[in-house]
Amino acid sequence: MKTVVKQEMLALNGDEAVAYAAKQPDVDVVAAYPVTPQTIIVEKFSEYVANGEVETEFVCTESEHSAMTACLTASVTGARTFTATSAPGLALMHEMLFVTSGCRAPVVMAVANRALSAPLNIHCDHSDTMAERDSGWIQLYAENAQEAYDLIIQGFKIAESQEVLLPVMVGLDGFTLTHTLENVQVLSDEVVRKFVGSHQIPKVVTHEGKIVPFKLDPDNPMSMGPIALPNYYFEFKRQQEEAMRNALKRISQVNEEFEVISGRRYGNGLLELYQVEDADVAIVCLGSTTGTVRTVVDELREEGVKAGVLKIRAFRPLPVEGIVEALKKVKAVAVMDRSMSFGGGGGAVFHEVRHALYDLTPHPNVVNYIYGLGGRDTSPTQIRQIFEDLQRMIQAKRVGELVRYVGLRG
Amino acid sequence: MTTEDKNWKEIAPAGVCWKPSTKFLTGDWKTFTPVRDLEKCTRCLLCVLFCPDGAIHWKPEKGDIEFDLNFCKGCGICANECPTKAIEMKLV
Repeated sequence: MKTVVKQEMLALNGDEAVAYAAKQPDVDVVAAYPVTPQTIIVEKFSEYVANGEVETEFVCTESEHSAMTACLTASVTGARTFTATSAPGLALMHEMLFVTSGCRAPVVMAVANRALSAPLNIHCDHSDTMAERDSGWIQLYAENAQEAYDLIIQGFKIAESQEVLLPVMVGLDGFTLTHTLENVQVLSDEVVRKFVGSHQIPKVVTHEGKIVPFKLDPDNPMSMGPIALPNYYFEFKRQQEEAMRNALKRISQVNEEFEVISGRRYGNGLLELYQVEDADVAIVCLGSTTGTVRTVVDELREEGVKAGVLKIRAFRPLPVEGIVEALKKVKAVAVMDRSMSFGGGGGAVFHEVRHALYDLTPHPNVVNYIYGLGGRDTSPTQIRQIFEDLQRMIQAKRVGELVRYVGLRG
Repeated sequence: MTTEDKNWKEIAPAGVCWKPSTKFLTGDWKTFTPVRDLEKCTRCLLCVLFCPDGAIHWKPEKGDIEFDLNFCKGCGICANECPTKAIEMKLV
């Protein structure tokens, strides 16, 4: 924490914090369509545009499919691009999410996590972003409004890195974060601009051996993502996987660099460990629930229980090695999923954490807790019960039900 | 696939191609070719508007239209839309 600059403390809700962050690094284009609980983000941003605080081109589209298309097409001309959405909007973007990552367009998007219909529900769960986990986007999850602010700024730097060039999705829990006022430390515009830097366009070598900027440019006409038949499509997908692997390193680096200017760091950028080092029982979760779990961990530690929490900050790319390293000495692990993979035997986070631990011998017992669907509150008492379940599991040397539900009636 | 195909480390990202679309001659896909009866054609230019490939051009200097067979895929929409039935799709 050497060169921390002066920061201003503002009272912002999560959405406002995201809009504030998006205002700072000279975003060229924002294309969006309103949807609860994201609306405040683009509403606030359009105010910045109207007040002349930014020089951004704000495009009001007729749907989220169009919003993502506009972002993609702006981005491939070399424009820095931002948008925001929520469950039904994200679902409508589905097709264009793959086109955006496939075109290697570094769009940054905030997703206010919300349940998918039916029945209609506007409250928080993670079914929207978890359904897009294979869309080729980097997925980062915020624990609070401060982290949402920090992640958007970091997101631009990660996405635009030459070795990454992938779009970034920042998840923040609907209402719990988006509509709750918090104290948020904000950096000055100047510091953020310098940190993110100008949008560097990588160079690519053409099939004729010419070196040209990787963007749509009348001086060097090119078509992007036009067609790749069975003889080439596969190769492009493998490149995206490589970019994800590079992102693992880059997310960590950006986390370190951000600490230098802000004094804030989040674990190694990919995972944040709290009291996990010597823990017997641990919870793995992501998003705002981590805060509740931390409180319970503190209480349990005072009572002599070795409890800990592992927060997954980057779900895509998934830091498999980090998860193994963090959990290898833990005896029982509860993975919390705020979405369902119907018929899949547990939620997405559970599948992936359990898969990560497969090669460990012996590996911890891992169970799944589905919680908080459609915005149902998850209390510290319920978290405490989960830890108690884990302790009983160790004593009884028996795992029991693999998938359990928190706060479900019946 | 051929042995000349490059591997994933050798190709530029995102399926980029550096030839403008005018260099890809899609006209060689066609089976039927539009043939125009100059007597029947009134130069109403409906075919120019309807051509989905923009392969029919109005040439003001000639006062006439011209088919760009490099890009005509032979769909026959022009023949179908022509009010005087001046265009016929033929196997050439």
